[in-house]
Amino acid sequence: MKYYDTTQHVAGKSQFIDDITVPEGTLYAAIFYSPIAKGKIIKLNIEEAKNYSGVKAVFTHQDIEGANQIGGIVQDEELLASHEVDFVGQPIAIVVANDYLTAKNAAKKNQIEIEEETPILDPREAQRKGELIVQPMIFELGSTETVWDECNIIVEGIAESGAQEHLYLETQGAIAIPTEGGGLKIISSTQSPTAVQRVTANVLNMPMHKIEVDVMRLGGGFGGKEDQATPYAAMVGLAAHKLGKPVKMVLPRQEDMRITGKRHPYSSDFKIGLSKDLKILAYEASYYQNAGAAADLSPAVLQRTMTHATNSYFIPNVKATGYSCRTNLPPFTAFRGFGGPQGMFVIESAIHSAAKKLGVDPFEIQKKNLLRSGDEFPYSQIVEHGNAVKCWKHLEEKINLNEIKNGIAEFNSKSKFIKKGFALMPICFGISFTSKFMNQAGALVNIYQDGSIGISTAAIEMGQGVNTKIRNVAEKIFSIDISKIKIETTNTTRIPNTSPTAASSGADLNGKATELACVKLFDRLIDFAKNELRCREDSKIEIVNENIIVDGVQSELNWNELIQRAYFNRINLSAQAHFATPEIHFDTKKNKGKPFAYHSYGTGLIEVSVDCLRGTYEIDSVQVVHDFGKSINKVIDKGQAEGAIIQGIAWMTIEEILYDEKGKLMTDALSTYKIPGIHFTPKEFDVKFLENTENPFAVFGSKAIGEPPLMYGIAAYFAIRNAMESFNPNMNAEYKAPMTNERVLMALFNRNL
Amino acid sequence: MKMNLKFICNKNLVVTEVQPGKSLLDFIRKDLRLTGSKEGCREGDCGACTVLIGELENDRMIYKTVNSCIMPVGDINGKHLVTIEGLSDGKLNQIQNDFVEQGASQCGFCTPGFIVSLCGYFLSNEKPILKDAIDSLDGNVCRCTGYESIRNAINNSIVFLESNEGDSKRHIEKLVSSNFIPEYFLEIPQRLNNLSIDIQKDSVNGDAKQIIGGGTDLLVQRWEEIENADVNLIFNLHQNEKITVEDNICKIKATTTVSEFWESEIIKKYLPEITESLYLFGSLPIRNRATLGGNIINASPIADMTSILLALDAKLIIEGNSRKQIKLNEFYTGYKTMKLEPGEILDDIHIELPDEGARFNFEKISRRTYLDIASVNSSIYLVIDKDVISEVHLSAGGVAPIPLYLFETVNYLKGKEIAFETIKSAAEITLKEIKPISDARGSSAYKSLMLRNLLFAHFAKLFPNIIVVEELI
Repeated sequence: MKYYDTTQHVAGKSQFIDDITVPEGTLYAAIFYSPIAKGKIIKLNIEEAKNYSGVKAVFTHQDIEGANQIGGIVQDEELLASHEVDFVGQPIAIVVANDYLTAKNAAKKNQIEIEEETPILDPREAQRKGELIVQPMIFELGSTETVWDECNIIVEGIAESGAQEHLYLETQGAIAIPTEGGGLKIISSTQSPTAVQRVTANVLNMPMHKIEVDVMRLGGGFGGKEDQATPYAAMVGLAAHKLGKPVKMVLPRQEDMRITGKRHPYSSDFKIGLSKDLKILAYEASYYQNAGAAADLSPAVLQRTMTHATNSYFIPNVKATGYSCRTNLPPFTAFRGFGGPQGMFVIESAIHSAAKKLGVDPFEIQKKNLLRSGDEFPYSQIVEHGNAVKCWKHLEEKINLNEIKNGIAEFNSKSKFIKKGFALMPICFGISFTSKFMNQAGALVNIYQDGSIGISTAAIEMGQGVNTKIRNVAEKIFSIDISKIKIETTNTTRIPNTSPTAASSGADLNGKATELACVKLFDRLIDFAKNELRCREDSKIEIVNENIIVDGVQSELNWNELIQRAYFNRINLSAQAHFATPEIHFDTKKNKGKPFAYHSYGTGLIEVSVDCLRGTYEIDSVQVVHDFGKSINKVIDKGQAEGAIIQGIAWMTIEEILYDEKGKLMTDALSTYKIPGIHFTPKEFDVKFLENTENPFAVFGSKAIGEPPLMYGIAAYFAIRNAMESFNPNMNAEYKAPMTNERVLMALFNRNL
Repeated sequence: MKMNLKFICNKNLVVTEVQPGKSLLDFIRKDLRLTGSKEGCREGDCGACTVLIGELENDRMIYKTVNSCIMPVGDINGKHLVTIEGLSDGKLNQIQNDFVEQGASQCGFCTPGFIVSLCGYFLSNEKPILKDAIDSLDGNVCRCTGYESIRNAINNSIVFLESNEGDSKRHIEKLVSSNFIPEYFLEIPQRLNNLSIDIQKDSVNGDAKQIIGGGTDLLVQRWEEIENADVNLIFNLHQNEKITVEDNICKIKATTTVSEFWESEIIKKYLPEITESLYLFGSLPIRNRATLGGNIINASPIADMTSILLALDAKLIIEGNSRKQIKLNEFYTGYKTMKLEPGEILDDIHIELPDEGARFNFEKISRRTYLDIASVNSSIYLVIDKDVISEVHLSAGGVAPIPLYLFETVNYLKGKEIAFETIKSAAEITLKEIKPISDARGSSAYKSLMLRNLLFAHFAKLFPNIIVVEELI
């Protein structure tokens, strides 16, 4: 039972939304959504769908008694489109029937007349037309204007990165069950139970306490279920409330791909200036974020792009400008890295283009400018416990960069079509939600009379192992066998006001809340034991492997007896605790402050082979030294790093989202949108833990791990370019990701895309 | 029309009545209420629904992995269906233990599929090696782990099995004693025999208009209508002797699966170069179901088997009111249209055995190398006589509404000397023969460039020194 969840998974016993046995009489819902990217709704006819055999009801915006609104940061998104449609896939009506196939077939019978308008798909066009989600953001340090003259070289350019589909294996879904007194219990595949509760309450015009949201686990989230699990829960909530019957909805894959948001595509301008000795003196960047049709989390995502504009480098003069641009695509949303990767791709492109102009290797510039403790970030936070240089050095102790470079050159000189390439990628990633209020979590720890423990927190288990880490925390504090500790479902009636499990912070925040609650209980139990065992006031009482030890000597009590006696002595065996990250603050007017509790660091090296005749490539090797802090669970942390790295590589290489000129998603199935399979994984995959490091700012000295390693993947893009250049040194490739087979071949043979 | 069904699911006998065209996955999840098999994509692209289908062959069980989402339930009649629930009996099996130890499962949604695929691999391979075991996972995707931990887990399982080798028990007994599969597997052959079901006869419904072979595309495109339609399931026909040789002609039954084609001793002997490229076709579970006939009749312009068969100058034997023969390169008339009348059915595919010294090459470029649909594919068959091309067939997929036989390029190449200039000129002719469109698999300009390069790739592979790189760019 070392890993409870995995033990269930491998046996096929874990339950996801679609596996839960539903109450008798449960109805099934399907969505009717807009086929048009932009226009006014002239007429909606739902009669035929309503009369379809087996259909129970069809709901539109007119059936919403509360607010037809699901927007979080900005209230700009309807649950069901009322008068206008803003993207292909925007929900318009919900069809509820006895079974899913009937609901789906009936949904096709809805007729809609839309006065079509020309959609905006390009963020720069949106910005030109003033279609901004929020005011432009500006982050400034020093003064770029005054130092351009001092630079030895200045390079300008454009860098673009594409969208990425989360492709959580479990699609969006929820079940709503009416409860006594007009309430609802909603079982949802969400990273944010409170968002589901708040929005559904708002839509149904009822107090939040009438809605209980329960989450067992998710079949993957990656940010895609932070904000965007909510509408489907609210839809079944609406239907269940109206009909007084349980209603279930699980999106088919193709629909999930069509109507949900993805990682934000960005188009950005950069300008970089360096001194003779390769120091970056000034950097300017303008980010045009394609936000899609509604705000969703876009402003927060853009904020993280800005805070990660300079990646792991100290640059004394920086000006970053960000535009969150409204277009007619499904609202783009949180995705592992949350805008950070997009910002880092731009600075890496700038460094690469400067290196090319100077005729040096990009890694020479990277290495020269790494952050050190005491340096200032563009948002004024000062680097503390900076491990950027340490990680780089550690990697260089493992591998000899010159040997790799020369080995590749030697190979390439002898190989006609297969060319090898490499690139390095240092990373620095800030940990904390940039919205201060979200950095809080709660835990409820119950010890039962038999000594077993149930822990509830705000954390959602979605494969990242947070439940195991929380068990590890309780295991350490109580020193009892881990099989005695169970993690309960995440439930809004046990833990209220949950922050989403996101920003890599699940284990940091909830682990800390759990620690606080466990310590409360531990202290209570120790006091009780002292009394019970009639110890001296200064006696030292410990629990070691379920034994109660007094001044180093085994007492008559073990864990089970201690708990039983405590219960009979009316000791409170339940404790609740709340944790709020200390010291962080951020002024969004000045864009200055200390938004992050701490930063994560590391350096990665990626080597690739490109088949220059066919335009295909393989990832040969990934070698990383990452600062995990003092890991609570090395198996989990390493797995998080490996998974994130592959996701990052794939974002930069094979995963491509394409929309047609009318805003319709072309890559809307697993047959056209390809994520890595087992053969895509690098032949050599080595993730090393930085040694002798700890982190005073998180539970037991650990560090958040969910997102940071994803950005090593950026090295894959530059490694492929490096290989391509040795086949065709004159190729004219733009800084455009993903580097698909198509982009590779077209660039190698100087064709325009 | 409902169909009577009798089969063994895990260790239980199931006797029921079903709509035979219903997706096996729906049947497993909704009717049997076994929810370990997951729906991840419903198009055979994720592997979360992978199950094993076991059949008796000469008193021995042969297990194959399939995507249950795109297999009609009627095809399970008389067989042994193994789902994730049937792979451990009370305690986890060794593969499952290794997954837990290595953290090879994160969110867990894909995991049952991986475990089933691997159990399938160990069941059908007496001498397991890591590379092959990994290859058997080409139909499974995982979004969480990055696969490194999965590779490590498999490696540990293989080492464990090797260390457990001792007495010369039968393979399946060894798997049971090493805790790779539960004990009940040993009784399955006897129990299946006792069902006394004639698989070939009991599943076919000749009156139904909708014919289903492997169903690997039909159940993706039209599962909603097929679920309740009358269907004629022909997958189990011609169980024996699907591939034969007669008078220098290799005769292949239309119901031959890609896996059977790959494993055929005849194909290995006469067309070894083809078997080397078949890993590019779908995934193992797809190859276990996809039939050569289905690949042809489905008429996709990017069908991989059709590309290969075009270059082998295959002839189709069509059964209807009379038996007719038509060359594959004259079969297609337009996008998804062909010379096949209602009531006619593709029965046999004939290819002439290749000449001594004939060369063959298949090229395919897709977004991802494994389990993907081609952006462009191409096959070549070449006979060289003293540096002169004496016979050639060349095909190209993804560049026209139909799988294309490049008639003009072939005409040009015949009788020409093998030289870089010849290939360059041939490529120019090819580019005039094709009409690629821009779609989710690439722009038309890219497809043109790719096909040009694939022509060079064919020759570069067959004659390594012939291509002058500088002249390509």
